[in-house]
Amino acid sequence: MHAIEIQGFSKNYAVGFWKKQLQPALRSLNLTVEAGETFGFLGPNGAGKTTTLKLLLGITFPTAGSAKILGKDFRDPEVKSRIGFLPEQPYFYDYLSAPELLDYYAQLSGVPAAGRAQRIQELLQRVGLGDVRNKHLRKFSKGMLQRVGIAQAIVHDPEVIFLDEPMSGLDPLGRHEVRELIQGLKDAGRTIFFSTHILSDAEALCDRVAVIHKGELRGVGVVNDLRSSSADKVEVIWQGAKALPALAGHVPESHVTGDTVRATISAEDLDLVLEKLRQERARLTSVTPLRGTLEEYFLAKTSGTGEERA
Amino acid sequence: MTSRLAAITLNTFREAIRDRVLYNLILFVLLLVASAPLFGAISIDIERLVLVNLSLTSISLFGVIIAIFIGTGLVSKEIEKKTLYTILSRPVRRWEFILGKYFGLLLTLVVNTGLMTLGFYAALLITTHKLTPADARLLVAVYFIILQFLIVTAITLLFSSFSTPIFSAVFSFALFVIGTFAEDLRSFAAMTPGPAGWLATVAGYAVPNFASLNVISQVAHDQPVSGSLIAFNTLYALLYSAAVTAGAVLIFERRNLK
Repeated sequence: MHAIEIQGFSKNYAVGFWKKQLQPALRSLNLTVEAGETFGFLGPNGAGKTTTLKLLLGITFPTAGSAKILGKDFRDPEVKSRIGFLPEQPYFYDYLSAPELLDYYAQLSGVPAAGRAQRIQELLQRVGLGDVRNKHLRKFSKGMLQRVGIAQAIVHDPEVIFLDEPMSGLDPLGRHEVRELIQGLKDAGRTIFFSTHILSDAEALCDRVAVIHKGELRGVGVVNDLRSSSADKVEVIWQGAKALPALAGHVPESHVTGDTVRATISAEDLDLVLEKLRQERARLTSVTPLRGTLEEYFLAKTSGTGEERA
Repeated sequence: MTSRLAAITLNTFREAIRDRVLYNLILFVLLLVASAPLFGAISIDIERLVLVNLSLTSISLFGVIIAIFIGTGLVSKEIEKKTLYTILSRPVRRWEFILGKYFGLLLTLVVNTGLMTLGFYAALLITTHKLTPADARLLVAVYFIILQFLIVTAITLLFSSFSTPIFSAVFSFALFVIGTFAEDLRSFAAMTPGPAGWLATVAGYAVPNFASLNVISQVAHDQPVSGSLIAFNTLYALLYSAAVTAGAVLIFERRNLK
């Protein structure tokens, strides 16, 4: 059973003064996420990431398509007691304190009264807000609000957690803290579906990613595979700069420091380059396959997107 | 279901009582009630009449203002600030959200009215030096004011389920004013022949009849209010507010949130 299974989700928004023009925000999205997986949903701003989340959570309705969460129809109220959600740049009822807010959300999620207060206190400790007590949320910093946001998303111990841009707007320390919290949920075996345009976060946390652009799914795959398939280069370092002219045409990029040469070559040319180096009696220091970054994969899938990222 | 409804109701109530604007309005009404004996002092022996009229009208009018002021933001603020996303992603039905908001605002208004009524009776005791059984009859007017709130809250919620706070406030207040003259509208309809008369008849019965829910002048003059009127008004307010709230639920159930 898939944790999330989206079949042909489409969403058109009516635009214009008379609302007669239809603007597609999502085009026939098919996607599956396995149980226990941390899945990154990548795309530039306006790509359709938040729309997908809003459809899955019943905030807005699909023009076409359906979805299952934990094997049940995504609209089933029972499903909703087993999922958690952190919206992008969350705002919460600022007249409440963090324990009051969590108690409210816990009640809405059906957490029994017995042991609720203790669970909330433990959760606040876990997200680093154990000492906030009765301070109202209006006095919270952005990082603190994000941590409260994560706490409300998991207050009912859900099996699937949806996070919309969880690191957006945070400083490096805040990002690190939130990343640690997500890693903790991942280690606890929760299924995490998070949308982001910060690729380093996806690279560090995700098992698989999907790239969405202009409402269309452009690619899905395992992060490690995507990285290795996105570039096919090898870094070769050797002693013996005089061997370099013999490799002309096979070494597109090289740096010479004294007698040491560091060259980046195509993996296809590796055997030929090593043979030439032997012939030239150069002393090989290292051969390192260069893995592509997720950014390269992302850019390849979203090429020609200048206007989208403005 | 009940616990979710209760949670939304209590949170709506908590939001209202932590809003400073509410206290400013209550303070203003209490000051008005306290100053009523001064107006009464202008003419001999009509202190009680002025006090009752001025106080109960203030309680009614400011209650309506509070209902509209808070009610118009109940749904739109949750959408604008996206707090609704964290509600609807839980096992909360949209109708539970609307009903929770309705009962939360109603609870706020009932508690406020209770406090203001206590202030009113304190002022009455100070002015007349004793409370008589006739003063208990004034509570019927207070009860009718609460029935008005039942309807005003539902109307405000209906408008706020699809419109902006400003338009919701304007529409709600306009309907309150028209409803205050509902009986005049019906009299006009009875006297007018043709399509204009039919239109006025429809409008006269469609708008909430707030005139029938206003017995302030009657109780101020010690005139009794019949049991049948109390029963009829109770039923009318319950049915009217239920129908309007059902409309708000129907609209909100189909609403795509951006």
